[in-house]
Amino acid sequence: MLTILFDGLAYGMLLFVLACGLSVTLGLMNFINLAHGSFAMAGGYCTVIIVNRMGVPFALGLPLAFLVTAAIGGLFERTLYVHVYAKSHLDQVLFTIGLVFMSVAAVDYTMGSSQQFVQIPEALQGQFDVFGVGMGKYRLLIIAVCGLLTVALQLILSKTRFGSRLRAAVDDQRVARGLGINVGAVFGITFAFGSGLAGLGGALGAEILGLDPTFPLKYMIYFLIVVTVGGTSSITGPFVASILLGIGDVAGKYYVPKLGAFVIYTIMIVVLLWRPQGLFARNIAR
Amino acid sequence: MIAMDPLAAEVSDHLKRRARWSPLEVCFWVFAFATIWLFPGKHLILTETAILALFALSLDLILGYAGIISLGQAAFFGLAGYFSGLIAKYGLVDEPVIALILSGVVAAALGFVTSFLVLRGSDLTRLMVTLGVSLMLGELANRYSDITGGADGLQGVTIAPILGVFNFDLYGHHGYVYSLVVLFVCFVIARRIVYSPFGLSLRSLKGNALRAAAIGVPVKWRLVAIYTIAAGFAGIAGALLTQTTAFCSLDVLSLDRSADLLLVLIIGGTGYLYGGLIGAVIYKFLQDWLASLTPQYWQFWIGLVLVTIVLVGRERFDGGIRAVRGALTRFGTRLLTRLPALPRAAPDGR
Repeated sequence: MLTILFDGLAYGMLLFVLACGLSVTLGLMNFINLAHGSFAMAGGYCTVIIVNRMGVPFALGLPLAFLVTAAIGGLFERTLYVHVYAKSHLDQVLFTIGLVFMSVAAVDYTMGSSQQFVQIPEALQGQFDVFGVGMGKYRLLIIAVCGLLTVALQLILSKTRFGSRLRAAVDDQRVARGLGINVGAVFGITFAFGSGLAGLGGALGAEILGLDPTFPLKYMIYFLIVVTVGGTSSITGPFVASILLGIGDVAGKYYVPKLGAFVIYTIMIVVLLWRPQGLFARNIAR
Repeated sequence: MIAMDPLAAEVSDHLKRRARWSPLEVCFWVFAFATIWLFPGKHLILTETAILALFALSLDLILGYAGIISLGQAAFFGLAGYFSGLIAKYGLVDEPVIALILSGVVAAALGFVTSFLVLRGSDLTRLMVTLGVSLMLGELANRYSDITGGADGLQGVTIAPILGVFNFDLYGHHGYVYSLVVLFVCFVIARRIVYSPFGLSLRSLKGNALRAAAIGVPVKWRLVAIYTIAAGFAGIAGALLTQTTAFCSLDVLSLDRSADLLLVLIIGGTGYLYGGLIGAVIYKFLQDWLASLTPQYWQFWIGLVLVTIVLVGRERFDGGIRAVRGALTRFGTRLLTRLPALPRAAPDGR
């Protein structure tokens, strides 16, 4: 029971790191980015190349994965995404699905379609036994890293100047522009940072989620659930949503393995019917 | 007989003129049926194209006419596909045409039930709910693999001859004629719907739901109705696929299918009925060509097409197609008006 809770927590934390970038881009630009998973996959494959092939230590591989993915994200944002913000939701969906298809085929072409594994240092394998509860060391690391990141994100958002600019832009873009906030730049940085986080999540999660070229398609729905259920006005909403989703998914797969993800989808639809703007959305009159 | 008030008469006259079949449309369908004899070796891929066209037609009804973005149209396609496969397998309904209609009704029933989920929320919520419904069905089909055959697909389906006369042969000749006729019948129904006052009210609520409600259009019920109808069409397409291939697998419910469908409609253009048909033809041959060039990675090029279309601007693609259509119609009508006067018409140097 507690093991399920623990695994679910690790899983949920991971989902949060993967999806929080998406929630900000959606809240800020009202932009539906289905290609978010592609950045996560980029981070995962980046770690595979850096750690497995080039022999860089795992601890260094993670920040590198973050940087590389953030750079890719920033580049895409400046060159491609900027043209699509003003278009309709339908265009955004088409555009990002197109990117997903391209990334899936491109990774398949360069890296092969088999599942990849990141070599994890031996110190992180195995598990602790605390009060009869088996806790995987690697999962503990995930919880620690993701927990720290969450706290850091919350601090950045609430304490720094950039954070207040970002919050202002999310709340009301036009007024924020009027106050002299360069919303485009704020968004560009946030997008790159969010992609970097997704990359880091992909790198950390390669062990748990599995890494193969269909990753963006497989997990796209999970990210979207986190964002739609959690709402986009804060990061607390997506955080709670991803923890719930993580625990629910692990528990569901453990207790009713045959139903698979059915439970999750049902919960999502019910929540969305109950509160179409997400569980934790503030009701902002726009 | 009641004398019509002149304004109503004018409106109804205008609507009738709009709904008239143009020469170009007649040409399109004559050519479509001519393919039965023109390309006998290509009937298998043409069958797939016809099914895809019908499926795209169903999405166009809700996306192009009612403005609902859906990533879950595959739910209806897949449900009806499995339904028709199962009733054929267990011999419940042997006659394919009746089975086809039944499958459409089943899919429409699901559409009616789920339409209430789609009425609420923003574009993103709709996207998630439609996607969620089709994923749920996918999970169910996977879960009850003793009924659906799971990942191996539904096997042992034998389809009885159409109308008790025409067998489904190996080369798909009868299957193609059957699919084409079904497509044509569905198209005529859809055309009737779109040009009816009901269709016009759909356009109005796509343009502005609030104003449509203000002039007395029951927005909610119109959306429910069109969603249900579109689901039925998607179901007929799904059942057709099962009947012509005598097989049904989990991929009828996959996300890829819904996403590809969006692409088909975007290539052809949304908001006019031929968009889905033209898009299906272009898409199928594009896919065939790309798959023969790079068997494994054709998805990359499909993705590239999508990205390019959006970046260049859908309006421009639509505009291009409309311009071509306009030119063809003008050419066609000119040809027709000249025909009776042909003996006198001397070449006037143009």
